[in-house]
Amino acid sequence: MAPLLELRGLQARYGPIVALHDVSLTVGEGEVVALLGANGAGKTTTLRAISGLVSKTGEVVYAGSQVRRATPERLARLGLAHVPEGRGLFPELTVWENLRMGAYVRRDRRRVKADLDRAVEHFPWILERRNQHAATLSGGEQQMLAVARALVARPRLLMLDEPSLGLAPLVTQEVFRVVHELNEQDGLTVLVVEQNAQIALTVSHRAYVLEVGRVAVEGSSAELREHEGVRRSYLGY
Amino acid sequence: MSGIWLRVLGYVAILAAVIALPHFVGSFTTAEFTYVAVYAIALFGLNILTGITGQISLGQGGFMAIGAYTTAILSADHGWPQLLTVPAAGLVAGLAGFLFGFPALRLAGVYLALATFALAVIIPSIASAFAFTGGSSGILLELPTSPIGGVSVDTWLYYVSWAVAVVGFVVALWFVRGKRGRALRAIMENELAATASGVSLSRYKTLAFGVSAAYAGVAGGLFGILSFIVTPGLIPITTSILLLAGLVVGGARSFLGAIIGAIFVELIQVYSADVLGPVINTAQKLGLPIGDVEKTTPGVPSVVYGVILLLVLFLMPRGAAGLFSRIAGLTRRVV
Amino acid sequence: MLPLAFTWSDFFQQVVFGLAIGAVYASLALAIVLIYRTTHVVNFAQGEMATFTTYIACTLTANHGWSFWPAFFATIVIAFLLGAATERVIIRPFERGDPLTLILVTIALFVIFNGLVQWIWGPEQKFFQGAFSPKPFTIGGVSIAHQDIGVIGVTLATVVVLWLFFRFTKLGLAMRAAAIAPIASRLMGVRVGWMYAAGWGFAASLGAVSGMMVAPIIFLNPSMMQSVLVYAFAAAVLGGIESPVGAVVGGLLLGLGTTLLGAYVSWIGVDLQLPVAFTVLILVLLIRPAGLLGRHVVRRV
Repeated sequence: MAPLLELRGLQARYGPIVALHDVSLTVGEGEVVALLGANGAGKTTTLRAISGLVSKTGEVVYAGSQVRRATPERLARLGLAHVPEGRGLFPELTVWENLRMGAYVRRDRRRVKADLDRAVEHFPWILERRNQHAATLSGGEQQMLAVARALVARPRLLMLDEPSLGLAPLVTQEVFRVVHELNEQDGLTVLVVEQNAQIALTVSHRAYVLEVGRVAVEGSSAELREHEGVRRSYLGY
Repeated sequence: MSGIWLRVLGYVAILAAVIALPHFVGSFTTAEFTYVAVYAIALFGLNILTGITGQISLGQGGFMAIGAYTTAILSADHGWPQLLTVPAAGLVAGLAGFLFGFPALRLAGVYLALATFALAVIIPSIASAFAFTGGSSGILLELPTSPIGGVSVDTWLYYVSWAVAVVGFVVALWFVRGKRGRALRAIMENELAATASGVSLSRYKTLAFGVSAAYAGVAGGLFGILSFIVTPGLIPITTSILLLAGLVVGGARSFLGAIIGAIFVELIQVYSADVLGPVINTAQKLGLPIGDVEKTTPGVPSVVYGVILLLVLFLMPRGAAGLFSRIAGLTRRVV
Repeated sequence: MLPLAFTWSDFFQQVVFGLAIGAVYASLALAIVLIYRTTHVVNFAQGEMATFTTYIACTLTANHGWSFWPAFFATIVIAFLLGAATERVIIRPFERGDPLTLILVTIALFVIFNGLVQWIWGPEQKFFQGAFSPKPFTIGGVSIAHQDIGVIGVTLATVVVLWLFFRFTKLGLAMRAAAIAPIASRLMGVRVGWMYAAGWGFAASLGAVSGMMVAPIIFLNPSMMQSVLVYAFAAAVLGGIESPVGAVVGGLLLGLGTTLLGAYVSWIGVDLQLPVAFTVLILVLLIRPAGLLGRHVVRRV
């Protein structure tokens, strides 16, 4: 089966600075793939490049089509949900309004209602706090809300950028638990960028390690957990 | 060294052209270029304030109005000789500008634009409200006369206005030299850094407002004399905008550019209809329901210079004189 | 300083008139705030665009025999299209550039619209038949003009409709989202560019309402909205340049305040109301730039 997402020789730059030299990876349907690496390795840039927020050269194939020139809006309509670094919530909008924005791309009103209900099931606190401004939520709650919002779009591919950033370890575990559940129960395909390699590798099936804008190591998560270099640099043992 | 000589040569050439003009053209064109001198004076002031100190002002016309009214009141109601009222107009307007400079100290960018815009709108309305400014009908001035036999009024006014303009030009050049000029430019670059280097914002900003308003006042006084009547509608907000447009087109920062801007300001008002002529003919041939335009069709100059301003903003943020200083820079290297 | 013959009925008359003219300021102020919130531009041309569209309404009623309300709604639609087109075609290329250039662009638009009005319709004053008869009616001994109540009513209805739109519709939510976080919105599938255009469209419609309400009162002429714009700026700044509620409250307060001052403080009268508004504008900018309802603006030292 063809992968849901495939990058071939992706290059991206910010002005004169080349952030990605040559990134190639695949994400298969139903997989959780982790993108690891140190700060500045290019992980976030990779997601932004996929989403169309950064100009790039190379091939990006999503759901069978070439989408290198696609705009973020178009990709959203094609079922790509990107939870950016910093969550990208609308701070002055309420929790419920943020959630509703997730459904912007959807045309089927009745199924949206069902999805909103499901989001509330996963995160019951949303219902009680629905009229609160998103800015007043804690870091963990904001992350959950961002994920919930992405789910309401019924995406084919969920991309998460550093979900653990700024979160306490317990909260991080909770977030990843939810991601794992969604993948197991609903077959959600996930590409997660993480600095916290340890937790990312417990949830993902496969992983890539980026270094200085290139893929340095790739393989199944089990392999990477045993990999000498990965253990030393990213897992701390 | 050769760069300076080129510039001096340029100045002399322009001066010669100014002196020679009335001998070669009729009185209508002479009158047009009298207005050019008046606008140039206003633009020297605006250049100091906006081009050099970086304080955007949509209110230059308002200070011109103050100057015009000063001239009108002094000459019509108090019998002053008309030309003597002009320096007084400059003083009064300059004082008003200086006072406005205090609240303006704390405003910048959009908010300063807002405040100066509002000022230019309300000054005519204030003039309309009081009896000593003639209310809504304004003040009628005596027709100016030429004190030199054999020289027509138009020619006399032309040379007077240009004499004032030349003086204004020289004074402006002097004003922005040395320490003061550096302080003003520093304020435009970066107010915070300027303050850190010891530049007193309050002193220089109010000074810039005052001096630029004084220039506007002088221009306004002359404008009033040329118009024979000073009414609230004589200098509407669109004049302030036109002056700013002239500054952009002529190139902020350069006083030579101010003269180019002044030529633009005058010619646009007179020749827009002609400029637009071919465009309208083409449009009519294409079947668009556009009527013919006369020189006197109202609104046409505004549309034309509005569009030109948009184009200039899109293409050349520094305006025409920015282009010239680039050319002068090139010749400096070549010659 | 009260005039010798103060009557309560006069007072209420002035209050109603003050609220009516305040409603006119409020809708133009709301338009300015709307554009500022979405595209972070202060649109100096808001008033002239309103004048232009009001002239269109006048052409429909006077030259083509339309009755007021069909012309009113048609003009609102035309204004929307005009505003959206202006944003897409003229403002768009400058949006990424420096804000001072943008200011000059809107100023250029000011003169273009001002010039177009004079060119197409001439500089003379015109009579615009409003929706409401200028005859007064009496309640409890107070004589009140239909017009004033009508202006208040129409403006209120417009503001409420707009509020409902932004609060409850998908498009309204998307427009708010685009104004708050354009990049995140794009990731949700929102075409932010079109949201900006729609923002300008609604603002232009608001301006048209303002113009059509005020034209029967102060007579239609090319510089009709210039002083209204000063009041609207003062109201927007007073209420907080990012606060729609503030703009409406500010407009009503300003209208009420200047009318009452004009009626009861003899040296202000009708002629000096505008300078009073100007003074308010300057004072607010100096003392509390965030306005009454805006968030506190920190002046970065």
